[in-house]
Amino acid sequence: MRFTKDHEWVELSGDIATVGITAYAAEQLGDVVFVETPEMGRAVKAGDALAVVESVKAASDVYAPISGQVVAANAALAEAPDTVNAQPEGAGWFAKLKITDLAEFETLMDRDAYQAFLGSL
Amino acid sequence: MRYLPLSDLDRAEMLGVIGAKSIDDLFVDVPAAARRPKLFDLPLHAGEMEVERTMARLAGLNRPAGAGPFFCGAGAYRHHVPATVDHLIQRSEFLTSYTPYQPEIAQGTLQVLFEFQTQVAALTGMQVANASMYDGSTATAEAVMMAQRVTRRSRAVLSGGLHPHYGAVTQTIAHAEGMQIVRLASAIDAEAAVIQAIDADTACVVVQNPNVFGVVTDLTPIAAAAHAAGALMVVVTTEAVSFGLIRSPGEMGADIAVAEGQSIGNGLNFGGPYVGLFAAREKHVRQMPGRLCGETVDAEGRRGFVLTLSTREQHIRREKATSNICTNAGLCALAFSIHMSLLGEAGLRRLAALNHSRARELAAAVAAVPGVTVLTPRFFNEIAVRLPGDAAAAVEALLADGIVAGVPFSRLEPGAGLDDVLLLAATETTTSEDIAALTAALTRRTH
Repeated sequence: MRFTKDHEWVELSGDIATVGITAYAAEQLGDVVFVETPEMGRAVKAGDALAVVESVKAASDVYAPISGQVVAANAALAEAPDTVNAQPEGAGWFAKLKITDLAEFETLMDRDAYQAFLGSL
Repeated sequence: MRYLPLSDLDRAEMLGVIGAKSIDDLFVDVPAAARRPKLFDLPLHAGEMEVERTMARLAGLNRPAGAGPFFCGAGAYRHHVPATVDHLIQRSEFLTSYTPYQPEIAQGTLQVLFEFQTQVAALTGMQVANASMYDGSTATAEAVMMAQRVTRRSRAVLSGGLHPHYGAVTQTIAHAEGMQIVRLASAIDAEAAVIQAIDADTACVVVQNPNVFGVVTDLTPIAAAAHAAGALMVVVTTEAVSFGLIRSPGEMGADIAVAEGQSIGNGLNFGGPYVGLFAAREKHVRQMPGRLCGETVDAEGRRGFVLTLSTREQHIRREKATSNICTNAGLCALAFSIHMSLLGEAGLRRLAALNHSRARELAAAVAAVPGVTVLTPRFFNEIAVRLPGDAAAAVEALLADGIVAGVPFSRLEPGAGLDDVLLLAATETTTSEDIAALTAALTRRTH
């Protein structure tokens, strides 16, 4: 699992990258009440707005940590957006991307680097 | 506080500070062609009495709708507004309150909006309604842009029965959002023609009922065709009283229903301010424009009202908001709600039936005028008729007889090839004497 400074995580399985927001981000947002997931087939570049997460405090964009094409969106979040709070780095995933450039993945922070980054905030 | 204009010395000092020679220097970035070389030729200041005299003379040129037989409709309707409405909306708690920015402190204002939304949802047969838009035409444009957000498609097909001004406003607003607006040519009884224009990129079809020519259409087949193609159906209504008699947009499969609410509680007001109604299916609520008022309970379990789903709005979502609208037509919405409350469901049905019966009398009388053809096969309170000659000229001629004989279609859309088409409306304010005066004058003038 790798992380971004915008508090997204990405986990790779073959050429499929699963994307979500980190436990830290979920805690900062508070109770998540709505998630707008991306449409299937959309091509995104790293840094593009991918989804929207809305909590009782704020509405925020979720950026694509890595370039790719959307091949799945977590439909369960429509009925149970609070899954993002309960299991942010698991069942609360947002979308799956089919990626082409593995090198992008390698440039992202690993967990230790992300923890260090959080410590610096 | 007195208003003290700047002296030449004040101006010179300020120009000196910023290093400009003259006021005109501040505008050098504006191309010369876009600047006026000299001031408008406006009269100079005058004393109170002179101003009153001038304004009274100008006001005397107006012809109030109530001054004689009046048959204008086409988006703005003369209805009786009970005196209660005006009396209540002028209470300062309502009249002076602005759109609530610290909403929960203004429970009365929020309750009014909540009742308004409830009425709009019930009238349109939809699940959710917002706290109102500016007017029917801007509500139509907002509906088209909402359809783009819902379907992620950017083409909208506007029927040939849509009020041409609504089409123009929609085009102006929606093209800035990158939408392709396809306006079908104006046609009297052709709502269903939108079906042929639906393709895989179509976000929505926009149909009007009754349409601008007064035609009432069963929209169910259009909804089915739109939905089969993954598009939404937007239904526009310019005469809100028709909700009392005609099957609602929601019952006919509308995904978004918009309307002009002027007919209920609001006068003609020289064309505005009016109030736009906006309602949709609940599953699309997060893509709706405008303010939404919700009912809730406070910490002690008491009923209360809040503005809800505000994250759609621009004070939170900035450029990604669902709309740039950040207010609503509060006072006109209040007038609408008070009048609706006075009417009740049974009252609205009776009012609508009365409008329809007046229009039937009008249609029968006009059809009997030699050379005049009624073009509207199924109507509520408006009809289109074909005159033997130019409709605008006929209206001008009848004005000399003290009759405001409706709206020539060429006034709404010049060059549509419908110059002989006249739009006539009858409401509960139309008397048999008004109709007799119209037909007598038409008979005289067209022969």
